[in-house]
Amino acid sequence: MAAKHSINRAFLERTTAGFVDAMEHAFYAEQTARADGLLQRLDPRVKLLGILALVVPAAASRSFGVIAGLFAIALALAALSRVSFGVLLKRVWIAVLLFTGVIALPAPFVTPGRVVYHLPVLGWSVTAQGLASAGYLVLRVETAATLCVLLVLTTPWNHVLKTLRVFRVPAVLVTILGMTYRYLFLVLQTAHDMFESRRSRMIGELTGRERRRVAVSSAGVLMSKTFDLSNEVYLAMQSRGYRGEVAVLDEFQIGNFDWAMLAAFALVSIAAFWLGR
Amino acid sequence: MHIPDGYLSPATCAALYGGAAPFWYLALRKTRKLLLTRLVPLISVFAAFSFVIMMFNIPIPGGTTVHPLGVGIASVVLGPWASILTLSTALFIQAFFFGDGGVTALGANCFNMAIVGSLVAWLVYRAVAGRSPITSSRRVVAAALGGYLAINGAALCAAIELGLQPHYFRSATGAPLYAPYPLSIAIPAIMIGHLTFAGLAELVVTGGIVAYLQRVNPALLRFTAPGVPLPRGEAQQKEAMNGWRAARPLWTAVGLLMVLAPLGLLAAGKAWGEWSVGDFSNPAARQQMAAASGNVAPPAVPPSGLERLGNLWTAPFPDYSPSFVHSAAFGYILSAVFGIGTIILLAILAGWIARKVRPGPSHATARTEES
Repeated sequence: MAAKHSINRAFLERTTAGFVDAMEHAFYAEQTARADGLLQRLDPRVKLLGILALVVPAAASRSFGVIAGLFAIALALAALSRVSFGVLLKRVWIAVLLFTGVIALPAPFVTPGRVVYHLPVLGWSVTAQGLASAGYLVLRVETAATLCVLLVLTTPWNHVLKTLRVFRVPAVLVTILGMTYRYLFLVLQTAHDMFESRRSRMIGELTGRERRRVAVSSAGVLMSKTFDLSNEVYLAMQSRGYRGEVAVLDEFQIGNFDWAMLAAFALVSIAAFWLGR
Repeated sequence: MHIPDGYLSPATCAALYGGAAPFWYLALRKTRKLLLTRLVPLISVFAAFSFVIMMFNIPIPGGTTVHPLGVGIASVVLGPWASILTLSTALFIQAFFFGDGGVTALGANCFNMAIVGSLVAWLVYRAVAGRSPITSSRRVVAAALGGYLAINGAALCAAIELGLQPHYFRSATGAPLYAPYPLSIAIPAIMIGHLTFAGLAELVVTGGIVAYLQRVNPALLRFTAPGVPLPRGEAQQKEAMNGWRAARPLWTAVGLLMVLAPLGLLAAGKAWGEWSVGDFSNPAARQQMAAASGNVAPPAVPPSGLERLGNLWTAPFPDYSPSFVHSAAFGYILSAVFGIGTIILLAILAGWIARKVRPGPSHATARTEES
C-alpha cells in the first residue's frame, strides 16, 4: 500500500519536479547572464566562436594533458565570469560523472590490452588501455560540458540565437528557435498546471493502467492546446503584418577587447590542436 | 540516447552534421511550401510541446517510469518533414540551453532521433494504417508500432555510431579515444534498454495520444491522412460547413446590403471623411462638413495629400453612379450590384488561381479550416 502510494506520488510529482527544474535552470541562466564578468562582457559572436574553438580540440585531443589544460581554462573562465563552482559541481560535474562515469565503468575490464591489475575476489583483469579509455571519455565529456554550460550561463538566449547568423543559419530557423524558447515556458507552465490540478483532485491511488491513461491523455490535451496556441500566435503575427519574411536585427559591435579575446581563443585552440595531435 | 560531447570523434560528428544537412534543407523547403506563413508559429510552438513531452514520466507496465522521445507522435500528426524540423529545434534547445546532448554531437543526435526517427515512424504509420478511417483502431496500432520502431531505429543508429568509435579511433597504445565499446557490446547494451523500456514508453505515448485524439480532436490526425474521411458525425458537420449552407448567412447579408443600398441616399449629406477635393471649394458642401465635424470649419484649400491622391486614382464609377444613369437611386443600386459582383468574381478568380498554383486539396488550407 505504501509502496503503491509512493509510485503514485513519484509519477506525478517527478514530472512536475522536472518542469520546475527546467524553469529554475532558465531563471538561473538569465541571472548569471546579467552579472558583470569576463564572458558576459564579450561580444556574443566572439564568445560562441571562442567556446567552440575550445570544445573542438577538447573533443579531438589525444593527450590527457591538453584536455586537462582546457578544463583548467574553463575553470578560470568560470571564476572570471562569476559562475559559481557550486552550481557547476551540481549541474555539470556530478551529473556527468553519474551518467558517463557509469557508462565508462566497465571499460577497464572489457577493453583488451596490457593487464595492470587483477580484482582480488572476482579475478577480473584491468587493462591500461581500458583505464586510459575511461579516463579519456570522462575528462572529455566533463570539459566539453563545462565549456558549453559556461556559454549558456553567460549569454542571454536571444544573443546565442542571433550569433547563429554568423554561421549562415537561415533567419527562419533562428526565428523558430527564438519563438520555441519563448513558448517553451508557456507550454511548461501549462503542463505544470495541468499536473498540479490533477494531483490536487486525486484522493485515491491509481492503478498502473490508470496512471498511463492520465499521462497519455494529459499529453493529448497538451497537444490540442499547443495547436490552438500556434493558431493564436499565427493570427497575432499576421495582425502585426507578418507575411512570411523574417528579419533579424544584428546590433552587435566588436571592440578591441573582443578582438584580443578572439585572438586568445584562437591561439589556445591552435596550441591545443598542435599539442594534442 | 542524447549523445553528449566526447563520445564521438570530431570526424564522426562532422560526417553526421553533413548527413543531417540535406534532410534539414529538404525539410525546410517542403514545410515552407506546405505551411507558407504558418511555418514559424506552428513549428515553434510544436517544438516547445516536443520539448515538454520529453519531460513527461510515462509509467510502463512493471512499475517504472520512462521519458518518451515524442518523435512518433510528432511524425504522425505533423508528417515527417515538419517533424524533422520540430524535433531538431527541440534537440537544439536541449543541447545549447539545458546541456542535454552535446554541441558537437548535435548533428548526430538530430540525425538519429529527428531524422531517422521521424522517417521510420512515418513510413511505418502510413504502411500499417493504410487508408483506414481516422478513428479505426488500426491507426492506433500503426502509430504505436511506428513510435516503437522509430525510437529503436534511432537507438540502433546511435549504437552503430558509438560502436564504430573504438574500431577507428585509438591512441598510440591502443586505448580507445572516444566511446570505448565495440559494436559487439554497444549494440546489445543500447538495444536491450530501447527494445524494452524506452520502446514501450514510446509505444504507449504514440498509440495513447492517437487514441485520445480520435475521441477528442480527430481533425488533428487528418494532416497525415489526406483523403481519408473523418468520422461520421464530424464529416457531416464539416460537409455542411463547407457547402452552401455554411455560406448562407453571408449570402443573406449580401442580399440585405444590396436591398438597403439605396438607403444610403436617405442619410443627409456625405459620410464623414468621404469628401472629395471639389467639396472644399463648394460653399454648401463646406457648411455640411463643418456641421458634421462639430462646427469646426474645414480648411480653405483641400489638403495637398488628398488633392494628389484624388488625382491619382479615378474610380470607374465616380461617386458610385455612372454618368449615363440619370436616376441617382437606380445608379446607386446598380453600383452596389456591380461592386458586389466584382468582389464575388475576384474571390472566385483568386480561388481558381490558388487551385492552379497548388493542385489538389492543399494541406495548408485544410489545416487552416480544421484547426
